[in-house]
Amino acid sequence: MSHAVMDQRPQDAVGPRPATLRQARLPRWAPLGIALGSAALAIATGVLADLQSRAQWGLIAALLFVATTFALTTAVEGVRQAKDRLATSLVWVCFLAAVVPLASLVWETVARGAEMFDLYFLTHSMSGLRDLQPGGGVYHSLIGTLQQVGLATLIAAPLGLLTAVYLVEYGKGKLAKAVTFFVDVMTGIPSIVAGLFVLSFWIILLDFGYSGWAGAMALAILMMPIVVRSTEEMLKLVPNELREASLALGVPKWRTILKVVLPTSIGGITTGVMLAVARIAGETAPIMLLVFGASSINNNPFEGPQDSLPYFIWTQFKAGNQYAYDRAWAAALVLIALVMLLNLLARGIARWKAPKAGH
Amino acid sequence: MDMTKTVAPPPQAELPPEAPKGSSGTKGSATHRGDRIFSGLTKGSGITLLVIMAAIAAFLTWRSINALSVNEGNFFTTFDWNANADPPVFGIAVLAFGTVVSSVIAMALAVPVAVGIALFISHYAPRKLASPLAYVIDLLAAVPSIVYGLWGALFLVPHLSGLYFWLDDYFGWTGVFAYDGGAARSLFTVGIVLAIMILPIVTNVSREVFLQVPRMHEEAALALGATRWEVIRMSVLPFGRSGVISASMLGLGRALGETMAVATVLSPSFLINPSLLNPGGGTFAQNIAAGFNEAGDIGRDALIASGLVLFVITLVVNGGARMIIARRKEYSGANA
Amino acid sequence: MAKRIDVSGLTAFYGSHKAIEDISMTVEPRSVTAFIGPSGCGKSTFLRTLNRMHEVTPGGRVEGKVMLDDESLYGPGVDPVAVRRTIGMVFQRPNPFPTMSIYDNVAAGLRLNGKYRKAQLDEVVEKSLRGANLWNEVKDRLNKPGSGLSGGQQQRLCIARAIAVEPQVLLMDEPCSALDPISTIAIEDLIGELKEQYTIVIVTHNMQQAARVSDRTAFFNLAAIGQPGKLIEIDDTERIFSNPSVQATEDYISGRFG
Repeated sequence: MSHAVMDQRPQDAVGPRPATLRQARLPRWAPLGIALGSAALAIATGVLADLQSRAQWGLIAALLFVATTFALTTAVEGVRQAKDRLATSLVWVCFLAAVVPLASLVWETVARGAEMFDLYFLTHSMSGLRDLQPGGGVYHSLIGTLQQVGLATLIAAPLGLLTAVYLVEYGKGKLAKAVTFFVDVMTGIPSIVAGLFVLSFWIILLDFGYSGWAGAMALAILMMPIVVRSTEEMLKLVPNELREASLALGVPKWRTILKVVLPTSIGGITTGVMLAVARIAGETAPIMLLVFGASSINNNPFEGPQDSLPYFIWTQFKAGNQYAYDRAWAAALVLIALVMLLNLLARGIARWKAPKAGH
Repeated sequence: MDMTKTVAPPPQAELPPEAPKGSSGTKGSATHRGDRIFSGLTKGSGITLLVIMAAIAAFLTWRSINALSVNEGNFFTTFDWNANADPPVFGIAVLAFGTVVSSVIAMALAVPVAVGIALFISHYAPRKLASPLAYVIDLLAAVPSIVYGLWGALFLVPHLSGLYFWLDDYFGWTGVFAYDGGAARSLFTVGIVLAIMILPIVTNVSREVFLQVPRMHEEAALALGATRWEVIRMSVLPFGRSGVISASMLGLGRALGETMAVATVLSPSFLINPSLLNPGGGTFAQNIAAGFNEAGDIGRDALIASGLVLFVITLVVNGGARMIIARRKEYSGANA
Repeated sequence: MAKRIDVSGLTAFYGSHKAIEDISMTVEPRSVTAFIGPSGCGKSTFLRTLNRMHEVTPGGRVEGKVMLDDESLYGPGVDPVAVRRTIGMVFQRPNPFPTMSIYDNVAAGLRLNGKYRKAQLDEVVEKSLRGANLWNEVKDRLNKPGSGLSGGQQQRLCIARAIAVEPQVLLMDEPCSALDPISTIAIEDLIGELKEQYTIVIVTHNMQQAARVSDRTAFFNLAAIGQPGKLIEIDDTERIFSNPSVQATEDYISGRFG
């Protein structure tokens, strides 16, 4: 009965059973050779046609490479192999296309930021300096960022943690479903909307002035859902056997949570909180609406305008002269360093505190 | 929430041999009081979160009504923003256009590339390269948006003119890609910067999903004689589809609401410019940042009204993403 | 359509770890050959070297020779994709493509290999499902997802998917270990029918199963944990189970270890 099927197959279709296991292949050096050839041809075209942008050269080279590979493979190895190679080259092109701008971003920030970055920059404020003047520093912004982010963490971490405990340990029914849904929605709130909310509530309705605290409230709104999400994940990883073992000993549920569940997952929870801190440390928009910015040191987050690192970058960028740009790049370097430090620390903790068997 | 809660109800006080310290004869009621207080506390936090969400909607609406009641223009169709004038005339048409267009450009550029990189890391890159690469991209997701904006405005913008002239030469006739040679502080540039900004996050989420594809599904395809690409098409992409959608929605949410990267790069105007390469246009978030300092009371409320629209849009996008994912889950066999 | 497999001096590695060492055997066409042995003895690894699936495991590497009639599987210019198309495989846990319907699952292999008209596909799908004794159970719901079937049905679906491309050899890696006894009997009956057309190699933990379904049985063992697995002996199943020539085989079969 199999022959009946075989006979009906169109001539051009490849049968399921190849006549031989051997398959004509392009030589191993072919991809490299085609890549070099394409690059050379692209450069030649670029020079001859007088194309200014290097991006165009790259584009031509990539197109040539993909097209040539596909054509050659189709001829030698067949359509399926050609598609496979096409996918491979596209994936590589994607990778290169993404690496170039991201590497450039990091490189520009480090290179341009390093020109001005030194101890003086970290320990002095902009007090008494005009935008057009050289010098100055980010001390006042650093203080502001640390205080605002600290306050935000003080609000958001406990609230987020308790909410996560509620969702994982107690939550049932409609309320838990609603909370889960709105945590998701809250994750997507644009930072400027959070800023507008605190603006209309704290500054317009209650008539308080601009302050670091007002900014911290907006940052807390942004931070809370991130903390809930990551804590939830961590609590779900705690095996139920641990809870049951504790409950079976007659330990009440709330003590089980405090003494068994939370300590087991504390490493992961800390990591999540720190990653959330890193996220909000770079927020600019709420600061712009609520903290107002300042050029001198204000150590009191509850009274009067403050500055913050990301806001400092924005004001210096807007000032629009070379000295201000230098300060903006240097501040960007400080901000990235701060965020990266938090990230690395958080990941370090995650690795160090990772639940081990028999721990 | 698909977790199975098999936590047994707290056993009654029957004085187990290893009673925890601090427990006494009145343990029963103390246990209940402790449990009630603690669970009340956690429940209260959850409710606080809901209250905050409700308050955001309520307060934004309250200020918006204040502004809209005096608006002489049509809030949705007016191509102008004179909220501080008397009488105030303002509308969000230009902002809505700019927000949607820049986000669409960002998605169109970022999602395919992000899926490509995610596949590169999960299935193509040599293993020694893959994990450090994933780590670096993870870190890049944490770079603040103001830094992307600074880089975009001071580094990328000057480098784009060449590309834009070239696009103008070949596609200028469409009008969309017409370019008159000014600084490239346009919606298209905004789209590029937003794309680069959301690339790491979309990549990360997609990569994680691709790595979760069960080995047995990939081996099923391999054993049928599938090439690497066919394995990806038959096993990896179907399995990862809902993950890629949710990653894209996450990226879209960020792009829609992004303030600083747009405010630094764009040279705004209250016109809908048919050419995406020439400066002009605006987005909700950018307009709030740009107009806030000069705004009077009504001006501020008008900006809050535009913020409310942005809030609703992101709400719809996020809610939609959740629904897509929930529905896909039934078919994807992710739990099978 | 069935072919003979000749293995000589085959050694397989995971990275630097030697999983199996110096295995030589012949697998006869149109017969069932069973691989038995204690856990970790490398019988599954060996099976996966027979269709070049071993090398998709990171660090997986093979030395030695495998001949399919007169073609070498590991020879220069041999495409592993072509090898896997020629030698089908059924896995321990049923693994139908979860997003595909029953029909698409069976047709998946054919679709890879070229374009077919709907009528041709229909015919192959029906024939393969009939061949896997599944047709009567699923013919009314061919467009439903394959993941909705029971475990035993899913495994038969996987067999249908494997035989739809008409392979030369069918490798089965403990195909019944995740199934209930009734499904197991169904699969064993199916193996008995399939050997009329295919060369079948089956890895099994279950010695009764080996005795029931196979014509020849190979016993694998390892000297100690961490040592590479070796082929102890291969012979007619009847002989292995009644009068094996090596003491270790008898010890294993009589349940003294493993």
